Amino acid sequence: MITFTIDGYEVQAEAGQNVLEVALDKGFDIPHLCYHEALKPYGACRLCVAEVTSGKRTRLTTSCNYPVIEGISVQTSTEKVIRARKMVIELLLARCPDAPIVKDLAREYSVGRPRFTADNDDCILCGLCERVCREVVGPDAITFLGRGSSRKVGPPLEINPKTCIACGACVYICPTDCIKLKENEKERTIVRWGRTLPMKTCVVCGRSFAPWFQLEYFRKITEGIPKDFWDKCLDCR
Amino acid sequence: MDSQAIDQILQKYDYGHSSIIAILQDLQEKENYLPEKDLDYVSERLSMPLTRIYRIATFYNAFSLTPRGKYLVNVCLGTACHVRGAARVLDRIKMYLGIDVGEMTKDKLFSLETVNCLGSCALGPIVVIGNEYHGQMTPAKVESTIKKYRKRSSRKKDEKD
Amino acid sequence: MRRINNPQELEKIREEILTRRDPNKPCITICSGTGCHAYGCEKVAEAFRAEIRKRGLEESMDIRTTGCHGFCERGPVVVINPEKIFYQRVTPEDAGEIISETLLKNSTIDRLLYTHPQTGEKIVREDDVPFYQGQMRVIFGNNGKIDPTKIEDYIAIGGYSALAKVLTEFSPEEVIDTIKRSALRGRGGGGFPAGVKWESCRNARGDKHYVICNADEGDPGAYMDRSLLEGNPHSVLEGMIIGAYAIGSDEGYIYVRNEYPLAVRNVGIAIDQLRDCGLLGENILGTGLDFEIKVNRGGGAFVCGESTALMASLEGQAGEPRAKHIHTVESGLWDKPTNLNNVETWANVPLIISRGVKWYTSIGTETSKGTKIFSLVGKVNNTGLVEVPMGITIREIVHDIGGGIPGNGELKAVQTGGPSGGCIPESLIDIPVDFDKLTEVGSMMGSGGMIVMDDRTCMVDIAKYFLNFLKDESCGKCTTCRDGTRRMYEIVDGITRGEGRAGDIELLEELSWVVSEASLCALGQTAPNPVLSTIRYFRDEYEAHIKDKRCPAGVCKALITYLIDQEKCTACGRCKRVCPSEAITGEKKVPHKIDPEKCIRCGACIAECKFDAIEVV
Ligand SMILES: Cc1cc2nc3c(=O)[nH]c(=O)nc-3n(C[C@H](O)[C@H](O)[C@H](O)COP(=O)(O)O)c2cc1C
Ligand code: SF4
Ligand code: SF4
Ligand code: SF4
Ligand code: SF4
Ligand code: SF4
Ligand code: FES
Ligand code: FES
Ligand code: FES
Repeated sequence: MITFTIDGYEVQAEAGQNVLEVALDKGFDIPHLCYHEALKPYGACRLCVAEVTSGKRTRLTTSCNYPVIEGISVQTSTEKVIRARKMVIELLLARCPDAPIVKDLAREYSVGRPRFTADNDDCILCGLCERVCREVVGPDAITFLGRGSSRKVGPPLEINPKTCIACGACVYICPTDCIKLKENEKERTIVRWGRTLPMKTCVVCGRSFAPWFQLEYFRKITEGIPKDFWDKCLDCR
Repeated sequence: MDSQAIDQILQKYDYGHSSIIAILQDLQEKENYLPEKDLDYVSERLSMPLTRIYRIATFYNAFSLTPRGKYLVNVCLGTACHVRGAARVLDRIKMYLGIDVGEMTKDKLFSLETVNCLGSCALGPIVVIGNEYHGQMTPAKVESTIKKYRKRSSRKKDEKD
Repeated sequence: MRRINNPQELEKIREEILTRRDPNKPCITICSGTGCHAYGCEKVAEAFRAEIRKRGLEESMDIRTTGCHGFCERGPVVVINPEKIFYQRVTPEDAGEIISETLLKNSTIDRLLYTHPQTGEKIVREDDVPFYQGQMRVIFGNNGKIDPTKIEDYIAIGGYSALAKVLTEFSPEEVIDTIKRSALRGRGGGGFPAGVKWESCRNARGDKHYVICNADEGDPGAYMDRSLLEGNPHSVLEGMIIGAYAIGSDEGYIYVRNEYPLAVRNVGIAIDQLRDCGLLGENILGTGLDFEIKVNRGGGAFVCGESTALMASLEGQAGEPRAKHIHTVESGLWDKPTNLNNVETWANVPLIISRGVKWYTSIGTETSKGTKIFSLVGKVNNTGLVEVPMGITIREIVHDIGGGIPGNGELKAVQTGGPSGGCIPESLIDIPVDFDKLTEVGSMMGSGGMIVMDDRTCMVDIAKYFLNFLKDESCGKCTTCRDGTRRMYEIVDGITRGEGRAGDIELLEELSWVVSEASLCALGQTAPNPVLSTIRYFRDEYEAHIKDKRCPAGVCKALITYLIDQEKCTACGRCKRVCPSEAITGEKKVPHKIDPEKCIRCGACIAECKFDAIEVV
């Protein structure tokens, strides 16, 4: 057990945890956009900054990738923290002026109209989609492309990722809601990635229930499950 | 490139995933860019996700996913060259070739790229065409310098004919 | 060369090489560094070889191609030994004359000598050239003495004796103690004490330790690492082998910039030679030390100079930095303890061992010992690489060694530290150059770029230049660094285009604070320095752009006009011929005029006018 303080309160955590997850668990409010408990911390959005004192040194640092260390003290809302956070929000708002999650943050932190030219982008490059696809689902269909101010996220050739199974995990996790899924009886499309897959119908009830390619993928990576398991829809299994 | 030639490169690096940057460098040296089907092949042979390959190919400046012209015109925009007027030289080259940075001329003779320092700062502004360095460039010297390559290339063509 | 089985054999071989060589035998030394290559030194060398063959003089004179001598601007550089006669801008056609006159008749050729810019005096010996006079070339000087592709040359000047000494007389702890006492600080940027780093790495637990040489040299305008690796690769390799012994490592890497093909080649040759003669590989010099070195080429990304990004790149990933809450000396390459040092840092190591801590610490200032190689470039008469003792003033470097500012320009500022550094104004050029002083004035040592700027350099444009560089070279992960530097660029770009508004400077300062405080790695954390230092020292220049819509240095295109002085113009017509947009009109014998509507401010005409008649207002 590791003991340290957050805003003066003593808290305990397991070695290997990060400051953000402990803080959230204990009910402290630290805004964060690129962290998800199921994924490895990445430290991209810089919103989760806090002031951490370790030994004699105090500095601003992101809490999602700061390991818990015995005796440190974490301040979640000092003047410096708020100042940095507000600018991060202003930068994100200028980038994605229509993203509800960013607009909400701006309201909460009284960030007015950004002083920078609006970009009309819809992606904050948090990388959650990219990580969930690789770390949790597994097809590793999308990635970051380019670097610096022209960094993007997307499929290798920017369109139609060959390994995408159209599972929708990225759709679900995207904080700005900019990855859309369209579906009908025949096919499912992940609009942002330009990936359309035909649907399969359940061998029992005949309803279309999941992309064909997705079921093949699961069939391949799962062992010990009867092969026809993947031919039935959730209700009929 | 044929798969045998690619396999040779892969063998040289023992099919090691950590050597992917070097593998792509060798591939590009041969092809002068990274063709899509070659990358597919590399991905398959190394069992390496395409995402990783493209991540790398788009992260590092050295790589190009589109074909480049016969002569790569590389303008140094390092600090030393900048204070000696490299930007004006670049402007002039763009105007003369009628292309922007990252593009290729219609006749496929020239591609224009920029680089941050070639380590020949004392001779700045530097423009490298093909493998030849041209030091102390000025906007006024641009045309005559590039014309030489145009001539050289048409001469070579004549010889072939 | 044959295998060297123990330190005694190394000494024997050295003696053999030296007895075979006559120090008084004339030797034509031709610089073959990248700078001189650009000027065609290869052809010069060929011409000398052909000439010697033709006259059958192979026995009476030697010829040697070496690494960079530092004075690249004057290339191709040829030095005739043993007298050290210094010839500059040598062409293949000069080869015959140099052999007949200088080597056979002992007379010098005036035309090829360096002319003192102030006195007009012709200078004969290399050491007397003002560019070299103020220098202390303990590390870089050997470049001119050896052929980098011949290990015999390096051994002849005492090479690998430091390694032999360490392996026979020192315990690893004693090596670390020596480096700690020498107070050697990292030459790659941060100035971290090398001995302390080595010690932490040695003490870090792990079944494997790595040592790495950082030859990524990303600072645009600096090229000393390239010239060292190219011109004297063995000095760097010797340092690394000593470091490997001290740290307890059996595997090393050199990460070289992709743009340095000659360095890659020469260091590759050097490594092969070392393997052949048993100075690398298993059981080095029969002492039981095992060590291998591999060379990796970078892919053209500045951020890969950062330690964690460099290691990611070595592992075959995109060069994205990671948080360093756990240091790389404990968990670096492949999560093993890793010690990373810069090229020049490694090259200092053999010197410290051979000449001793006492000698080494007698050079430099209280907090910065030894020498530093700077790349003195930009608006200065003598450009090239200069090695100076720490503590020398910027004034001495720019005016004495650099020979001042060309034309009738005035020194305005000196930029050090590259994109992480800042601009030091003329008023501060008497500060001693060391790690701490440069940081104190808002810049930093960095890897050693020293870019001289004159009154024709616009400081707002310089800030814009670095921001443009950083926004492209940022890895793009952090909101603050990726979007922060881009927004700063947009603001500064607006200022240079005449769209600056009141409050811009304050907004830049506000952004700067966040970018430096809230970014993940040192690239973002130091990115605002070029802006902050120019605001700090040249605020009036920013204000002239913002308030008066004027660029005092005459650089920012949107704010300047080209004019022909009707008094000075001789109607020679040269400008008209080079103007790409037909903006210049004028008949014969009538002073020419520029149409400001058509002029695209390309600057071609001004460079062409021999009568100084074109001005920028
Ligand atoms: C963005 C960035 C670029 C860097 N580039 C270089 C470089 O090109 N060469 C270098 O030696 N160090 C560079 N560094 C510093 C290295 O991270 C590291 O501190 C250094 O190589 C350590 O060696 P030293 O202690 O011998 O200086 C860079 C740092 C940053 C943050
Ligand atoms: S929908 Fe495609 S890209 Fe998104 S997580 Fe699933 S497999 Fe990956
Ligand atoms: S698409 Fe969504 S999840 Fe993916 S990086 Fe952009 S904002 Fe994040
Ligand atoms: S500070 Fe910049 S370069 Fe460093 S990790 Fe963040 S975005 Fe990348
Ligand atoms: S600056 Fe360029 S465009 Fe303008 S007059 Fe001179 S040569 Fe012509
Ligand atoms: S080059 Fe100078 S002198 Fe000649 S026409 Fe132009 S302005 Fe006049
Ligand atoms: S949540 Fe920590 S940086 Fe995004
Ligand atoms: S700045 Fe152009 S070669 Fe270095
Ligand atoms: S390359 Fe010849 S002096 Fe530098």
